[in-house]
Amino acid sequence: MIPEIGQFAMILALLLAAAQAFFGIAGPWRGQQRWIQTVYPAVAGQFVMLALAFGCLVWSLVHNDFTVKLVAGHSNSALPVYFRVAAAWGNHEGSLLFWVFVLSVWTLAVAAFSTSLPRPFVARVLGVLGIISVGFLLFSLATSNPFERLPAGAIFDGNDLNPVLQDIGLTIHPPMLYVGYVGFSVAFAFACAAMLEGKLDQTWARWTRPWTTVAWMFLTVGIALGSWWAYYELGWGGYWAWDPVENSILMPWLLGTALIHSLAVTDKRGLFKSWTLLLAIMAFSFCLLATFMVRSGVLVSVHSFAADPKRGIFILTFLALTIGGALSLYVWRAPLLRSEAGFDLVSRESFLLFNNILLVVATVVVFGGTMAPFIADLTRNVTISVGPPWFNIWFFLPFLPLLALVSIGTFARWKRGQLGESRRRILVSAVAAIVLGLAVMLGLYGDRSVIGPVGVVLGLWIVISALVDPVDRWRRGLSVSPAILGMTLAHIGLGIVTIGLTTMESRRAERDVALSPGQQVEVGRYTFRFLDTQQVEGPNYQATRARIELFHDGKPESILLPERRNYWVQQQSLAEAAVGVGWRRDVLVTLGEEVGKGAWSLRVQVRPLMRLLWLGAVLMACGGFLATLDRRYRRQRSAAEAAAQAAAATSLAGGNAT
Amino acid sequence: MNRFAIPLGIFAVLVVVFAIALKRAPEKQFVQSALIGKPAPDFVLPDLLTAGASVDSKRFKGRWMLLNVWGTWCFECRAEHEQLLAIQREGKVSVVGLNYKDEDDAARKWLQELGNPFDAVAVDKEGRAAIDYGVYGAPETFLVNPQGVIVYKVVSVITPELWQKTLLPMVEGKAL
Repeated sequence: MIPEIGQFAMILALLLAAAQAFFGIAGPWRGQQRWIQTVYPAVAGQFVMLALAFGCLVWSLVHNDFTVKLVAGHSNSALPVYFRVAAAWGNHEGSLLFWVFVLSVWTLAVAAFSTSLPRPFVARVLGVLGIISVGFLLFSLATSNPFERLPAGAIFDGNDLNPVLQDIGLTIHPPMLYVGYVGFSVAFAFACAAMLEGKLDQTWARWTRPWTTVAWMFLTVGIALGSWWAYYELGWGGYWAWDPVENSILMPWLLGTALIHSLAVTDKRGLFKSWTLLLAIMAFSFCLLATFMVRSGVLVSVHSFAADPKRGIFILTFLALTIGGALSLYVWRAPLLRSEAGFDLVSRESFLLFNNILLVVATVVVFGGTMAPFIADLTRNVTISVGPPWFNIWFFLPFLPLLALVSIGTFARWKRGQLGESRRRILVSAVAAIVLGLAVMLGLYGDRSVIGPVGVVLGLWIVISALVDPVDRWRRGLSVSPAILGMTLAHIGLGIVTIGLTTMESRRAERDVALSPGQQVEVGRYTFRFLDTQQVEGPNYQATRARIELFHDGKPESILLPERRNYWVQQQSLAEAAVGVGWRRDVLVTLGEEVGKGAWSLRVQVRPLMRLLWLGAVLMACGGFLATLDRRYRRQRSAAEAAAQAAAATSLAGGNAT
Repeated sequence: MNRFAIPLGIFAVLVVVFAIALKRAPEKQFVQSALIGKPAPDFVLPDLLTAGASVDSKRFKGRWMLLNVWGTWCFECRAEHEQLLAIQREGKVSVVGLNYKDEDDAARKWLQELGNPFDAVAVDKEGRAAIDYGVYGAPETFLVNPQGVIVYKVVSVITPELWQKTLLPMVEGKAL
């Protein structure tokens, strides 16, 4: 019964989405006030229906309704309840429903927070979002129904969720990514609405900014969580593998970062208008493209859900219609745009332009690398390999200059072509970064490689220069707005990630060994002593747990407990790495196999400053959050409210007069 | 020519490329039950152990074949290595390795150190053949009958029990 209610709610949501799309687009076009009014209840109704549908799916999972194919295929009664809930998005069908549900939440938020914007414009935005929702609901209902029952009736117990996926990192990282992905649909919808309306002044850019920043923030958190999860769950310490699916998340993030910066220019200076429009379309297009690549089976990845070419055809058609439609609008409207103002070569505008160019180049590099094997196969029937070594070189070609420009860019002024007194600050901060960076790398680590010191110097330079302006304002007793604080924080985060990443990559050490109880292995200044193993039992697995004592410079530091787990239902064996985290370094111990007579194969790793990666990502996300709190976005609202009150007062006064 | 039409043009090309790719994507993929009873997808891939040679999956038709997907990066693969060696010694099936997304040198070193249980090892760097087989990770193993039809799929490690109780009876015609 409950699954049928869920499915029925999805069908109703589809009808409401269709109404929202039609009235949202046609209402302003025909100038029908009543049609425009209809959009809002459709948005609310769609949200309620999708919340109900998603609730039904979660209910079926929590109550172990194994007559439902999804539940039988991805959940199990031995699974702890929070993982049963997480199973709702740990598979293709459920994640699609989650996707549209998140879209309905974003749509509702746009409808609720845009009361100060002109109604016809909001209706158009909601209409575009409605079209996207229709596409995804049709896709879900036609090709991947989450509520499909098993033909033979109930089975006794379900398959398990893939054990790799049974982890708290997984429970939260895909939802974050979906919220981020779907969030870019708002920027896309604002851009399309502005093009439909033909009023392409900079106001739409201001309205779009907070939405884009929030979406970007979620994407940042999602990527960091996914990477962190891979790092400590997959057991070999990898955190980024340039896998097609990872790339397909990175591309929207890079474009989103570019979009945030170009929206700022369009909002403040009225420049880059057509470029910003194109970026807004592209950021969301890459989200759709990512969905296509993951779900259609054209690309191979460890992340792939069950793929099916039929689904691929559907998404491709949908992709062609929405992106093709938006790009056609762009061909029609973009030529009307003129930039009134100019700018000098060393102004902030031009640094932001370089930022955009380099970010887009980086995106193209990632896209090219992801697509190359498959295009080579298509055209010449040869297989070529594009792996991490290729990406590591080509990605950093645009990214290194980008990192260097961040520092100079923060000192540059809007419009003005003279660096003037900033020149001294640039020099001082650069010298400080070089001295400090080299001192740390050579003094503390004795690093002779190139990439380590270069990365640390660049990272430090970003951090120092990000701090100069806010500290200066604070010393002069000026207020520091949340926007500036947010930007500062995000840039510091970027600097910290750079420092952590380059130090870790140039200084990490690992060894594969076989140890018997009592034996030990040394890696750098760390000693790992294998004490013993014991059997432990989890809720749905049995595990061998080893006890490893860790010594730093001969002093005992902690006991690490790596496990090798055997999951009963899927009969899968997995290593649960023990990660000892710290500010100086992370140590990882992965338990391999018993190699006879109580001896076990082990992989031990030492990774300096690994934690800075996550810290930097968190700072970036916090920066994004702070920036959205800026008063500018609220002031526009109160100003509009004031205007509305004034208008009401005049009409009232006018009424009294007559 | 309107320069604002360039993105649309690039996008159109991409859609065409994707459409062609989709048309060439194998019909059935990934679902374990859907693979069983279906002909095993053919592949011709470079041979790991003989430079310049290739491994053709058709060569193994007429005999039971155990196709094992492995990689040196996969900790679990080490766990089933002993069992694969035992199966090879038993000699009832051809054991074929599909070295999945791996480094050739590392793979050769691994076989040198731990012993080679395979009649042939095909190198699948891109996972081209692996996607035809719906491989989700490593290790995964497929049991293919002499007619070239997939009979069983093992996700994760082949344990001695699994071999004795499930796979071997199939090979000896005692099951089903």
